Amino acid sequence: MTRGPDARIGGDLLTIEGLTKAYPGVVANDDVSFTIRQGEVHALLGENGAGKSTLVKMIYGLVRPDAGRMTLRGTGYAPATPHEARGSGVAMVFQHFSLFEALDVAENVALGMENPPAMGQLAARIREVSEAYGLPLDPLRLVGDLSAGERQRVEIVRCLLQDPKLLIMDEPTSVLTPQEVGILFETLRKLASEGTAILYISHKLEEIRTLCDTATILRLGKKVATCDPRETSARQMAELMVGQTLQTPTRDAGTPGAVVLALKDLSVRSSNPFGTTLKKVTVEVRAGEVLGIGGVAGNGQDELLAALSGEARAPSGAVSLNGTAIGHLGPNARRSLGVLTAPEERLGHAAAPDMSLTENALLTGAIRENLVSSGFLKWRATEDFAKRIITAFDVRTPGPGHAARSLSGGNLQKFVIGREILQRPTVLVVNQPTWGVDAAAAAAIRQAILDLAEGGAAVIVISQDLDELMEVSDRFAALNEGRLSEPRPAKGLTVDEIGLMMGGAHDMEVAHVAE
Amino acid sequence: MDLSSINPVVLIASLMVASTPILLAALGEMVVEKSGVLNLGVEGMMIVGAICGFAIAVETGSPTMGFVAAALGSALLSMIFAVLTQLFLSNQVATGLALTLFGLGLSSLLGQGYVGIKPPSTPKMDLGPLSDLPVLGRILFSHDLVVYFSLALVLAVWAFLKFTRAGLILRAVGESHDAAHALGYKVVAIRFAAIGFGGACAGLGGAYLSLVRVPQWTEGMTAGAGWIALAIVVFASWRAGRILLGAYLFGGVTVLQLNLQAAGAAIPVEYLSMSPYLITILVLVIMSSSRGRASLAAPASLGRSFHASS
Repeated sequence: MTRGPDARIGGDLLTIEGLTKAYPGVVANDDVSFTIRQGEVHALLGENGAGKSTLVKMIYGLVRPDAGRMTLRGTGYAPATPHEARGSGVAMVFQHFSLFEALDVAENVALGMENPPAMGQLAARIREVSEAYGLPLDPLRLVGDLSAGERQRVEIVRCLLQDPKLLIMDEPTSVLTPQEVGILFETLRKLASEGTAILYISHKLEEIRTLCDTATILRLGKKVATCDPRETSARQMAELMVGQTLQTPTRDAGTPGAVVLALKDLSVRSSNPFGTTLKKVTVEVRAGEVLGIGGVAGNGQDELLAALSGEARAPSGAVSLNGTAIGHLGPNARRSLGVLTAPEERLGHAAAPDMSLTENALLTGAIRENLVSSGFLKWRATEDFAKRIITAFDVRTPGPGHAARSLSGGNLQKFVIGREILQRPTVLVVNQPTWGVDAAAAAAIRQAILDLAEGGAAVIVISQDLDELMEVSDRFAALNEGRLSEPRPAKGLTVDEIGLMMGGAHDMEVAHVAE
Repeated sequence: MDLSSINPVVLIASLMVASTPILLAALGEMVVEKSGVLNLGVEGMMIVGAICGFAIAVETGSPTMGFVAAALGSALLSMIFAVLTQLFLSNQVATGLALTLFGLGLSSLLGQGYVGIKPPSTPKMDLGPLSDLPVLGRILFSHDLVVYFSLALVLAVWAFLKFTRAGLILRAVGESHDAAHALGYKVVAIRFAAIGFGGACAGLGGAYLSLVRVPQWTEGMTAGAGWIALAIVVFASWRAGRILLGAYLFGGVTVLQLNLQAAGAAIPVEYLSMSPYLITILVLVIMSSSRGRASLAAPASLGRSFHASS
C-alpha cells in the first residue's frame, strides 16, 4: 500500500479486443477493447444501460460474446461457464449479492468455490483469510442475520479464498456506510499491492478518483475513453459518461418560511417483523426547505415514510401540519391536506406494476386532482393528468396506456415523482428518489425537487446516496436504529461527521477488532 | 368394545407397513421442494405408480420388476411436469393439480383389465435368527425389502442434504435460483433431477399400496395419501427425520382406528376414519409452531418460476 502505483502495476493480465454482444433490439456491447494490467485497479464507468454488466458477465462466463476475443495472461480466454472463469483465476463480487440467506457463511463460501475443502477446514480458512484482510467473519452464522456490509465481506472472502488474478467488483459501495467504504478500499489496495488486478464498476466518480489507476468509460455499449481518473476531473468523466454537458441542480437560497410539518416524539412499531421501530423521532420542516435524511438501509427509512404517508398511524399529536394534529389520519385524508409521498419501491409500492400509467396516475391523484365524481372515474381527466406528467417530466413511454412495468427504472421514477409534484404538495416526502436512475434523469428529478421547495413546499428527501443529499438538502439528519439525529445545516458537513451521525463509528469497531 | 383383541406387537408391525407409502412419497416431495419446485401432483404420480407396479408385477410375476416399473413410470410422468414448469414456465400449482387429475384418469384407463386380480406376493426379507427374536423380531425384522429401503432412504436423503456438496447445491438452488445461476449452477437441470427423484419415490409408494398394503388394484386407491404426503412435508419443516415421524404417526393412527373399528368402538366410523388426517396435521402444526424460525424453513424460491435473464 505504501508503494506507488507504478511499482505495483505489472504486465498485461487481461486484454479485451472487439468484444460485441447484441440482444434483440439493443446492442449491449459494441466493439469494446481495453487492457487490464496486473496489480491495477481499473474502473469501468458508465450509466445504467451502458453495457457494464454485460461486459463483466462475458468476462465471468455468464454470457457468451457474439464477436471479439479475450486474452488472459497471454493465452486465449473464452469461458463458457463461471466455473471455467473461476478456474482461470477470475472472481466476481456481485452488485445484488449472490448469497443464500438460509445457509451459513461457510456454505455460501463453499458454493462459490471450485474445489472447496471439507467444511471444518474451510471454516478455519475463512477465519484466517478474513482476519488477514481486516474483514472479520464468523463462518457459522446464517447469512440472513448479517448486515449488508457483512454480507459483502462474505462475497469478498469467497473470492479471496481462490487466489484470484482478477477480481471483478460490481457497484460494491452502494450499500455501505462511509466508514465501511474506507475499510473496503484498504482491503482492495492491499490486494492490488499483492498483484491482484481489480476491475471496479461504479458510477460514483469521487470513489473512482481516490481508488483507481485507470478508468474505461462506456456509453451506449461503446467505449468512449480510457483515462487516468486521478488527473481527470469528476465533471469531465461525468460528461464523458453522459455524452452531454451536465447541469448541476441549482436554486437560489431563500430564507425558509414558517414550520409546516412537525414531528414530536414519533414512535411507531414496524409492521414488518424484521423492521425497525421508530423511536421518538422529533423534527420540524419549514416551508421552502429540503430536509435530507441519510442512514444505512434498514434503520427505519421505510417506517418513517409509512408514518408520514399515513400507512402507519401514530398518536394524533405526534405528526402535525401547520399546527393541526394529523397523526391519526390515514393516507387519503393526509393527501387531501397536501401531504404527499413517493415510496422507495417503484414497482409494487409507488406504482402497481401491471396497471397502465393512467390508472397509476389515478391511484394517488384521485383526490387532489378531482378525478372521481360520485363514485365514477373520470377517465378523460385522468388520462390528461397522466399525459401532463409524461410531458412535464420527460417520461419516455409510447403513451399513458402502457403498463408501469414496461418502463425503465429511471422513467418510472420520473413518473412517480412527477405525479406527486404536479399535485402541488404542501409537504412532499420521497424515499430514494434516484435509486437506480441514470445521471441525467437523476439530475432532472433533483432539480424538480429543488424547484418545488423554492415554490414554498416543505420537502423531506430520504436517501442512502450522500452525494445526493449534500446536493439537495438545506439541513441533514441521519436515521440510526430508528432514532433520528439532530438536524444540522448541510453546508460544510464533512464525510466523517456524517459517518458519525449515521452510527458508522460502531461499525468501525466491529471491523477492526477481531470478534 | 373389546380392546384385548388389539395386539400391540401386530399393531406396531402393521403400522410400519401402513406408513411406508406416505413416507416414500413425502421424502421424494421434500427433495423436490428443497430444490424450489412445488409439485402438487404427488397423488397422481402415486396412483400411476400403483397401477404400473401392479400391472408389471402381474405380467412378469415378479414384484421387484413391478417396483422398478412403478418408479420408472412415475418418474416419466413427473417429467411432463418438469418440462411444463421448467422449460415452458407454466404455473407450478396449476400444473401440479392437472398432473394429479391426469394421473387419476390415466391410472383407471391402464387398470381396466386388472380389477379383482391378486398380485404376486412380495417376499419378506430373510433376516435369519433376528426374525425369531421375541417381540422385536416381529416388529422390526419381519418386513419386506421396501420397508427397510424406505428407512435407509430417510437416512440417505438426510445425509445427502446435510453433508454432500451436491446436496448443498440442491438447497442453494431452492433458496435463490438467481444467485445459484449467477454462480454458474444449472438450475433447470438440477430441478429436473429433483423432480424425477420425487416422481420415482411417489411411484414406489404407490406400488407399495397396490402390491403389499392392500394388495389389489382398485380405482382411486391412493385415497388422498399423496395429499397427506404433501402436508407432512410442510409441517415437518422440510426435514427428513420429521417426515419419518409424520408418516409413522399417520400410519399408526390409521392402523389403530382400523383396529378400533374392528373392536367395535362406540365412536362413529366416520370420526375414526378422519382421525389420522386430523391428528397428524394437528401434531405437526403444534410441533412447527413452537419454534419461531420454523416458518423460515421453507425454501425461499419455492414455487417460483426460474428464467435466466441472460
